This record gives sequence, structure tokens and C-alpha cells, in this order.
Amino acid sequence: MIETAAMEPAIVVRDLTRRFGSFVAVDNVSFDVATGEVFGFLGANGAGKTTAIKMLIGLLAPTSGSAHIAGLDVSMQMEQIRRRIGYMSQRFSLYEDLTVLENIALYGGIYGLTDAQIAERSSKMLETLGLTNELVGRLPLGWKQKLAFSVALLHEPAVVFLDEPTGGVDPITRRQFWELIYAAAARGTTVFVTTHYMDEAEYCDRISIMVDGHIVTLGTPKELKAKWDVNTIDELFVRLARAS
Amino acid sequence: MKSTLLAFIIKELRHILRDKQTLTILLMMPLVQVILFGYALRSDVRDVRLAVVDPSPDYATIALRSRFTAGSRFKIVAVVPTIRSIEPLFRRGELDVALEFEPSFAAQLRSGGRAHVMLAVDASDPNTATTMQSYARAVINGYEQELSSGRAQSVQIIPQIRMRFNPTLESVNLFIPGLIALVLTLVSALMTAISLSREKERGTLEILLVSPLRPWQIIVGKVLPYLGLAFANVITALLAAWLIFHVPFRGSLALLLFESILYSMVSLSIGVLVASVTTSQRVAMLIALLATMLPSALLSGMVFPIASMPKFLQIVSNIVPARWFIIIARGIMLKGVGLQYLWRETLVLAVMTMILMAIAVRAFKPRMA
Repeated sequence: MIETAAMEPAIVVRDLTRRFGSFVAVDNVSFDVATGEVFGFLGANGAGKTTAIKMLIGLLAPTSGSAHIAGLDVSMQMEQIRRRIGYMSQRFSLYEDLTVLENIALYGGIYGLTDAQIAERSSKMLETLGLTNELVGRLPLGWKQKLAFSVALLHEPAVVFLDEPTGGVDPITRRQFWELIYAAAARGTTVFVTTHYMDEAEYCDRISIMVDGHIVTLGTPKELKAKWDVNTIDELFVRLARAS
Repeated sequence: MKSTLLAFIIKELRHILRDKQTLTILLMMPLVQVILFGYALRSDVRDVRLAVVDPSPDYATIALRSRFTAGSRFKIVAVVPTIRSIEPLFRRGELDVALEFEPSFAAQLRSGGRAHVMLAVDASDPNTATTMQSYARAVINGYEQELSSGRAQSVQIIPQIRMRFNPTLESVNLFIPGLIALVLTLVSALMTAISLSREKERGTLEILLVSPLRPWQIIVGKVLPYLGLAFANVITALLAAWLIFHVPFRGSLALLLFESILYSMVSLSIGVLVASVTTSQRVAMLIALLATMLPSALLSGMVFPIASMPKFLQIVSNIVPARWFIIIARGIMLKGVGLQYLWRETLVLAVMTMILMAIAVRAFKPRMA
């Protein structure tokens, strides 16, 4: 099912498998994500989503199979991949005892940006988000999440991985968050996102649903709703997850 | 790569500097501990109440008595002819030490070259008793030497508690090196374990591991600022010891600072190791306390002499890094010896650092598990 895209896909996963002892967390998973696409990676808790993401971002080694990100092999070229991906975890991950600018300076430095680049991008970021430079711990959760997302994009990665980025955030802020996601995708960044909110799944270009380590269905939200004869992704998700 | 590490170190410094309360505590700790240990926990005793039992006073017994009253340590509360009359004083706690001369003390000294005294010490507090006993022996030894006409004097002492003391009998001198070890352990092992496990607990470590930052850079970034803090602590402890308690410093300051850094590295490795195997700050803190602070205080020879421990604990004390550091620090500070006498202990610390660092870096590899 290799797609004939104009550009080489941002993520290519083939027969990716991860075992923990006799338990197969991710079982022969294959999919592609096109450059600039917003890809929703859905699944119930324990379906293997987190294990799959960990293999893609180099926190876990695959048992077998392969994955390429921006044309680089996760098993062989992880050090190069690290500079080209961004990651935002479900747990809030900026330092609360540092200011907004200090957090930006840290990640900018880690990703090898020059002082001039950091200064330019951080002032732009403050302006876009409408933030002032204060301790991150004093920001409301929604702002923190938006800031964390912007910081994950600071080094202009080819692919950004978002693991349940909007957990615990109010609907209005979630909406704003998705606007940031679209803006990033429009700039050519590939967005790989997991979520528990099925309304968010509808915003994705394409989604996959994972059940018990397998991807059971993959396509655009519209295609999938037609294929499974349901009205919402929520309905589809419940049906597939329950079938297992 | 260099700026990557630098950015991380700057971030660590900011964490430390921002948390003013913790920083203040960490910086003040050596001062407070030196004062507390110096005053409260010192086992030297002043104004020991002494009773002299002198059945036949002569020039020798009077000379020895006057030697006891010469310093500020003893004050004679009674001079009696038989030991029986001081028994009630002992029972009522009005007496600490009784010194009994044998009859015709001077004559014995002159003829046989030996005479006997008996020291009865109130041993309800063993530590104080030991101290008082050593003071009394020091006075008697002093007198012995004064009678240096080649004649020996045998001294009988009851009760028989054995404990070696430094020549000046100032216990604070012995405590300071141990204190430095304790402060370094606390700052290095405990704070590193807490700060690293905090990253784990809050999920920021995951972000760092996904970034181009390498695991060794994360460890170095964590460890370096605390090494600086440990350095400041050693200086504070030494200054406080010198200015408040006039603890002598006979050896090389540079050597002591070098050894302190070496000891800090051992502790830092333990801190990293603890953080690698734990998942929460709280557990990391408790384990660091149990694994480093307690042994450093109790099994290092700082408070309790290793020689008076049971054999089993003596063997265990060999793996306590503080034990070796305290030998080194006491050697440098009190005896003024150099590396030629301390290279074995230094080597032990160096080997411990290497082994623990290797294990810590290996354990700290959540990546590619």
C-alpha cells in the first residue's frame, strides 16, 4: 500500500514489532505518513500506541521490522533523526521553575540553535502566543500546552510527535491548539498525533485505529465513516475497540 | 555538541539558583552542622568533679593532685583518706571521677619504680566516662613523664573502657573531617538523586532523551553544578571549623580540596545510580538517605570508632566511601600528612568512583531498552 506521493513520505513503517517477553505490544504494524500530513494515531489505552511512538522517537528499540523518519532508519541513524524530530508528551514537559524564555533558551541550545536564532524565534513565539516572559509554572495549563507545542517546533523539525497533547485542556483551548497544529502542517511539518478526543480525530487528514497491537483500519475520516457505515469517528472507535 | 551541553548546564544552574530556599539551606548547612557538632555533640568534658582518696599524703600525691587542678578540666571536690567515704557522693551523682592512691605512694615510686592508682569513673554515660578516663590518664602520664629519671610507673585504671583519642583530646577536631564527608554526601548524592529523579517524575527526562542530548551529557550537566556547590561547602566547613573552634589545619589545602572532589564524585555516582533505579523523587530521596547518609554517619568512623564495632560491621565499613575520606581528611588536617601516606585511601576512592560511574551511566539508559 505504498502511496505514490510527490514527496517521499515523512514516516515509513514496515512490519514494526515489539515484544515484551511473550506479550506482543506492537504486532507487524505498517503504515506511511506523507510530508505535511496531520496523522491521527488512535487506540484505546494499552492498544500499543505509546510503544509504537517510543520506537519512532528512539526511546525503545524495535524487536523486528523497520521504521524510517525523514528517510532515516530509526535503528541505525537515530542520532541524525533526533535533530529532525520534535516531541511533546502527554505529561507537561517544560520546566515550571524556569521562565518562558529560559525554557526556550534551553531547548534552543540543546538543538544547536545559535543565540541569534533563539532570540529571534523566541520573540516571535511570545508574540504569536500573546505571552509575556514569566515563570512557566504561573501559566494556565492551556497556555503551557501551547507553549510546549511551540517549543517542540522551535528547531523546525521535519516531524513532530504529539502524545495526547490536549489532555485536561478546555474545549476552547483545544480548538486554539489545533489551529497551531494546522499552521505547523501548512508550513510543511508532519504532525503525528495521538488523542483520546474523537472530535479531534475528525480534524486529522488521516487516522489509524490500533487495537491489541494491530492497526485495524486506516484512512481519511470521511473514507472510514463511509466504509464502516457510521456517523462519527467516535462511533467507529467504540465499535472497533469493543469488537476486540 | 558543546553548546548543547552548555545550554543544559545553564538550565541546571538556573534550577539551583531559582530555588532560593534549598540553596540557602545547602549553603548554610556546613556552618550549622559544624556549630551543632562542635558544641552539642562534642564528647570532651569540662569541670569534671574529682575526688582524691589519699591514705598517706606525700610529695608525689600532692604533686599529682595539683596537676589535676592545673587545667580547667578537673576540679577537686573532696580529699578523703578512704574510698568508702566517697561512695555516697558517687551514688548521688555529685562526683564524676575518683582517684585513689595506694598507701605510701611516693615510697613505692622511689623504691620499686612503680606505684598504683585506681581511677573510678562514673560510667552512666559511657561516652563521657571514656572521655573523662582519658583525661585522667593524660594527666597521670604527664606526671609520669615529669618524673623522667628512667623509672617506670604502672598505672591501674578502672573501669576499663578503651577508646583512642587524639593527643589534644579535642573531639571537635575529629568531627570536622567526618562533617565534611557528611555535607558532601548530602549535597552530592542526595541532591543529584532528587534532581535527576524529578526530571523522571515530571516527564522532562523523556523529552531530553528524545533530544540530541546524550545520556552522558545529561549526567554531566546534572553533576557539575552540584560539584561546585560541594566545593563551596567544603570551604565553608573548613572556615567555620577554623574560625569558631580553632581546629588545626596542618596539611595541604589543595590536596584536601582535590580529595573532596574525588569523594564528591563517588557520592554523585551513587546519586545518579539511585535516580536510575527509582521512579519517584520521594523513593529516590529515601534510598539516597538510607544508602549514603546513614552509613556515612554511623559506619564511617565519624562518630563511632571502627575499631570498637563488631567484626561484621568493620567489614561492611570498608565499602562506605566516607570511611576512606575521613581517614584522608583527618590525615591531612590533623596530622599534616601528604599523598605519600594517603595514596591507598585515595586509590580506593578513585576505584570506587570509576566502578560506580560505570554502573551509573549503564543503569541510566532508559533509551533503547
